[in-house]
Amino acid sequence: MTTMSKGAVVDVPIAPDTASSGSVVKVTGLKTHFPVRSRGLLPRVVGYVKAVDGIDLDIGAGETLGLVGESGSGKTTAARSILMLVRPTAGTIELEGLEVTKLSTKQLVPIRRKAAMIFQDPYNALNPRHTVGTIISAPFLVQKITPEGGIKKAVQELMERVGLNPEHYNRYPNEFSGGQRQRIGIARAVALRPKLIVCDEPVSALDVSIQAQILNLLRDLQQDFGLSYLFVAHDLAVVRQISHRVSVMYLGKIMEHASRKVLYSAPLHPYTHSLLSAVPIPNPEEQRHRTRIVLRGDIPSPIDPPSGCVFRTRCFQAREKCAEEVPPLIEVAPGHKVACHFPVTVDELPGALHVAEVEPSIGPQSAGEAVVEIPVDAAVPSQGQTPHA
Amino acid sequence: MIGRITRTVDRISTTATEERDFLTVKNLKVAFPTEDGLVQAVDDVSFAVEKGSTLAIVGESGSGKSVTAQAVMGLLDRRTAKVSGEIWLNNVELLGLPSSEMQAMRGDDLAMIFQDPMSSLHPFYRVGDQIVEAMRAHRKVKPKEAKREVVDMFKRVGIPAPERRVDAFPHQLSGGMRQRVMIAMALINSPDLLIADEPTTALDVTVQAQILELIQDLQKDFGTTVIVITHDLGIVADMADEVAVMYGARIVERGPTKTIFETPEMPYTLGLLSSIPRMDVEAGGRLLPIPGNPPSPIRLPKGCVFEPRCRYKAMTNGLSETVRPELLPTAGSPDHLVRCHLMPETRKRIAGEVLASLAEATKA
Repeated sequence: MTTMSKGAVVDVPIAPDTASSGSVVKVTGLKTHFPVRSRGLLPRVVGYVKAVDGIDLDIGAGETLGLVGESGSGKTTAARSILMLVRPTAGTIELEGLEVTKLSTKQLVPIRRKAAMIFQDPYNALNPRHTVGTIISAPFLVQKITPEGGIKKAVQELMERVGLNPEHYNRYPNEFSGGQRQRIGIARAVALRPKLIVCDEPVSALDVSIQAQILNLLRDLQQDFGLSYLFVAHDLAVVRQISHRVSVMYLGKIMEHASRKVLYSAPLHPYTHSLLSAVPIPNPEEQRHRTRIVLRGDIPSPIDPPSGCVFRTRCFQAREKCAEEVPPLIEVAPGHKVACHFPVTVDELPGALHVAEVEPSIGPQSAGEAVVEIPVDAAVPSQGQTPHA
Repeated sequence: MIGRITRTVDRISTTATEERDFLTVKNLKVAFPTEDGLVQAVDDVSFAVEKGSTLAIVGESGSGKSVTAQAVMGLLDRRTAKVSGEIWLNNVELLGLPSSEMQAMRGDDLAMIFQDPMSSLHPFYRVGDQIVEAMRAHRKVKPKEAKREVVDMFKRVGIPAPERRVDAFPHQLSGGMRQRVMIAMALINSPDLLIADEPTTALDVTVQAQILELIQDLQKDFGTTVIVITHDLGIVADMADEVAVMYGARIVERGPTKTIFETPEMPYTLGLLSSIPRMDVEAGGRLLPIPGNPPSPIRLPKGCVFEPRCRYKAMTNGLSETVRPELLPTAGSPDHLVRCHLMPETRKRIAGEVLASLAEATKA
């Protein structure tokens, strides 16, 4: 099943300066497909949920890469795959130059100290029966590392560093507020001074007045420890605040990738345009006079993604070519990649692009109506076997 | 009881507009007795909403915004919640109504959209049947006509293939679709008042944009009065005519949307506006967070509820630690009310500085 060769992925030009030597993590052609089995006595694999379908990422030292997309876009699966919490179906992941996808679970243990994760829900990510001290010292025990001065001292220093009172060492998570619990999770993640921290929606469960505290803390820790972040979130304003570069995902694929500045001020992909225009701005004057691109319908099912460009069913730019050919992710300017046959600049957007005019010109309007034909998949050969209908 | 508040000012401001106000809430208080003590969830909340307009209630978790909405809807269990004050809807006082009469009004005159559509739809019944039930609870309709009405409403709220969708079960629909079903259910009896409690928090931005636009369109068509409860200032800027900012069970600032965004005076409102990552402000710098955590509703601060987190508390000569401030109109604008001990000039100066630096950042 995992016999496909690495070279089969769409060839994406990579700038020479982002060679694997300079990156903390370099992901090439990552695919994570989940089999869908039929019901009955002898379950058969009837298809695949292509949660992540061929993505490339690389993150340099001290850099934050934002990964945005709607729910169902595969951003969380991508994040978990990069940490090998989910085994990817294909592709390579190099952590500081070391290829990790072929390693066994046991072989991965020493590698894991290089990468950690911060979870979305600080209520479920901490064991309620363990004290804060136990929770934060777990990484030391698992990796059999004794820091100078003992584990307790190291843990208390960590607590202080993330803004917790070190005297609360023996308290339980339920004695802390949501923001403080997230600080506990952050202390645990930075305990072993990892190179990479994957943050999966780290502030979306927190109150608005607390989000800024946590974002500032993440930024300070990055500067102090030279951390690299993969920052997964659906909130575009939050991603913009913390990221150096941003990748936009849709249905398992990267649609656009650019530096923060370029992505937010001069995006080219119709999907990025619609995402940006959908975020309401906290300024009544401006918000009410903005042109909004309101997409119709929902994200299609990743079991039966649309043929050609996966976004074409909701795209205002969609034409016949989009249904036939998968648009490759092409570098249009240094560091700016777009996967679209008909990219548009902000100025080229139809002037008063209003809702009624943005009906998709091809295909159905909602998830329920998603195309049922099997994707032709010209450029990306799928699994070793042909998918069943 | 924690603190005593003079209500004269509020009364003046509400009586002045009483004739055109469609919903008036006066001195609403909700408390829940618990083992740990009395939880004062809502304390002395007063506001009025004109017919066809939109009020946004902004606040964090525990600020009392959802309990306020539940009180208006008559959803609080009177055995566990102590409710006092007055709620007038169309010249009917709701809190004094017997529960049978409240039940007759709920879903007919006033309806609510919840954050999580799955918890308000029954997983065992087809969505169409659930809406028909809501319809027949309030008026006599023949089954066939009822179904046709549901199909029409589904079309109205933008559900594709409505003839098929009425027979779907909730789990067969996507999150955005379920939210639409719930909106359809809330609107099926053309309520005069629609309360939307975090209607889009569980949804993606693209779907959020669809739902917000839908609520605004329907409001235009049906003349519905809307109360939207949210923590997202972007949504407030998009929808609201008036804003009430809640913190620690109280309204701490209230006024027309333009005023709240352009000349806010309460340090909490200022803190919110300057601490959120904004799409219209140059990114990359440090954010200016509000220090500390929201207060526990069991142990609310003695004086100003925002005092422990306020950057300017030293300027009140200790007043903010001991005395509850009142919600008072600001100089020159009677419909802009602020609950703050700072001298009006000091407040204006602080707000001016904060907003100027924000405007600076917006330009950059």
